[in-house]
Amino acid sequence: MPRLIKQGQITSDTWLPPAADAPAAPDSHLPNLSQWLSLADKTGSAVQLEPGDGIAELLPALDTIHLIAVSFPLFTDGRGFSYARELREHGYRGELRAVGAFLPDQMHYLRRCGFDAFQFSDESRLEEGLRQLDIFSEHYQGAIDEPRPLFRRRN
Amino acid sequence: MYQYDQYDQRIVDERVTQFRDQTRRYLAGELSDAEFLPLRLQNGLYVQRLAPMLRIAVPYGLLSSTQLRKLAHIARHYDKGYAHVSTRQNIQLNWPQLEEVPDILAELASVQMHAIQTSGNCIRNTTTDQFAGVAADELQDPRPWCEIIRQWSTLHPEFAFLPRKFKIAVCASKQDRAAIHAHDIGIELLTNGAGDYGFKVLVGGGLGRTPVIGSVVCEWVDSQHLLTYLEAILRVYNQHGRRDNKYKARIKILVKAMGVEAFREAVEREWVTLKDGPSTLTDEEIARAKSFFTTPPYASLDGAETAKALRERCAADPIFGNWVARNTTAHRAPGYRAVTISLKATGVAPGDVTDRQLELLADLADQFSFAELRTTHQQNMVLADVEETALYTLWQQLQGAGLATPNIGYITDVICCPGGDYCSLANAKSIPVAEAIQARFEDLDYLYDLGPIELNISGCMNACGHHHIGHIGILGVDKKGAEFYQISLGGSQSKEAAIGKILGPSFGQEDVPDVVEKILDSYVNLREEEETFLQTFNRVGIEPFKERVYAKTH
Repeated sequence: MPRLIKQGQITSDTWLPPAADAPAAPDSHLPNLSQWLSLADKTGSAVQLEPGDGIAELLPALDTIHLIAVSFPLFTDGRGFSYARELREHGYRGELRAVGAFLPDQMHYLRRCGFDAFQFSDESRLEEGLRQLDIFSEHYQGAIDEPRPLFRRRN
Repeated sequence: MYQYDQYDQRIVDERVTQFRDQTRRYLAGELSDAEFLPLRLQNGLYVQRLAPMLRIAVPYGLLSSTQLRKLAHIARHYDKGYAHVSTRQNIQLNWPQLEEVPDILAELASVQMHAIQTSGNCIRNTTTDQFAGVAADELQDPRPWCEIIRQWSTLHPEFAFLPRKFKIAVCASKQDRAAIHAHDIGIELLTNGAGDYGFKVLVGGGLGRTPVIGSVVCEWVDSQHLLTYLEAILRVYNQHGRRDNKYKARIKILVKAMGVEAFREAVEREWVTLKDGPSTLTDEEIARAKSFFTTPPYASLDGAETAKALRERCAADPIFGNWVARNTTAHRAPGYRAVTISLKATGVAPGDVTDRQLELLADLADQFSFAELRTTHQQNMVLADVEETALYTLWQQLQGAGLATPNIGYITDVICCPGGDYCSLANAKSIPVAEAIQARFEDLDYLYDLGPIELNISGCMNACGHHHIGHIGILGVDKKGAEFYQISLGGSQSKEAAIGKILGPSFGQEDVPDVVEKILDSYVNLREEEETFLQTFNRVGIEPFKERVYAKTH
């Protein structure tokens, strides 16, 4: 079973990456955006976003989605950071999972942007990822973890 | 100037710890070259032709004497005894050891400095007017706003992996000394006449391969909404900027592709969710930022009297008088002037300064200018608050250290990137070209007769020397492995910003001084009365210059 970091711990679950070229997602594979859009009932659904998908099409169903995975095929492509923040700002409360080739060194920023689960393509990075989760104890700007910027908290 | 409290210090200290760990993991093989690359770049570390290059942040160009002494120590202990002022007002070291960079960062943190986001595809150092706080044409000091932007952009979790680098400049005066039209975001402080301050926001300016003058995306943003508006712009860019081609990845390409109207609408849509949120600036925060940039305790001087004494001194010592005329600027406070220290002596790479010079400048800042000094995007330094009666003593000390070249704003005040001597991106050398031009125009009478001329040299398309906006711009190009130089004329970084026009086919390195001389001969022949080079160019266009430069010799 694929291993990942969730709630600050290494755990595992049964979700597999999207299988493309199928009209509907096979069992236990995350639906990609177009597969997800074709679901008749989105209650408790899961979906994986790729860079370029944007979040607009998810907005009407944010209350019902259970898991949104945001894919990082390249760690240098930072679109997913904005997707996460926007999803949270629009009120999404389900699991928000970073998946792919991101680095342990990006964990802290990812978490600040609203991700609460992290699945590396390279599972040997899980321990390092955990270690880096809270590498900074203070921040200037507000984000999802702490919406108030430092200037509203300084004393 | 801004002083860290325990929060700022903690953030910078934790960054040093993080980078020390990243360097260790890289050297242990736990991070690949490709993975370490953006991590080190976001700490200012390049791997260059001969050695790594470390770019140290100098937020909006302001340094204390304590920081200068630390830089001198670092240059001596970890480098070859000199440092370089960049066109983003930062300080670069050309010879640090990769293994020692964490120690250098720790030294910097001990004097409230860092190298955060001085490179990489993230928000870079915000720049502004080197005469901030003393300029007579200023609406308000821009530096509190720069500091507010610095804090917002530092380690911003959402915008650390943008399509490309992102540069912001702030102008708060009538004359633009921050080149806001040539930045990804240019911010101009305005007042509405009813006592309110706000910002005009330009977007999509930039140099590089495709030079573009910025477009107005918003005529007026209320000051408390500055950060949420910037965040909205960055969010549109982060999601929609091109990532398939690094030469088309800057925000200017996105703004052009979308059209400024559609871009503005996209920003407004993002802004709806951010505006009035927790990142809205409070009056307390604006007041706190301003409290660090108050008027220094100026002596109460009789300006008429000090000016008269200065005139007499200048008349008695014409060499001093010439330096005063060329290298000092009018000041808001009676009896004071701002002094520009030329880092453009002939025979020294433009913008280079030695450890000894840094220490002398620290002493002079303590003695004459409230212990502060500024770097300029023209790669010089400024002592902003010098009493007119102290100028002579100051000048003598500068002269003894080779820091009194009276050429500010003239053609030998060359703006120049490190070029092919140091930079692995460069197509061609730039420093030897600068030196050859400086040597050609060493005659001061001729230099002054030519009047104000900005000459900018970049060793490649990345345009670190800002050649597009030089009155005369020189760009190093590679032709089948040989170095050539393309020349453009008529660029300008003022509020009437313009991109220079290319003169024609490029030249070999040894021909460049001759070509520049021909261009200036044409100007001298063509000019009317008090016309500057740029005014003449704007009147006659490029053709007469072209004819003269490319004329067949008989």
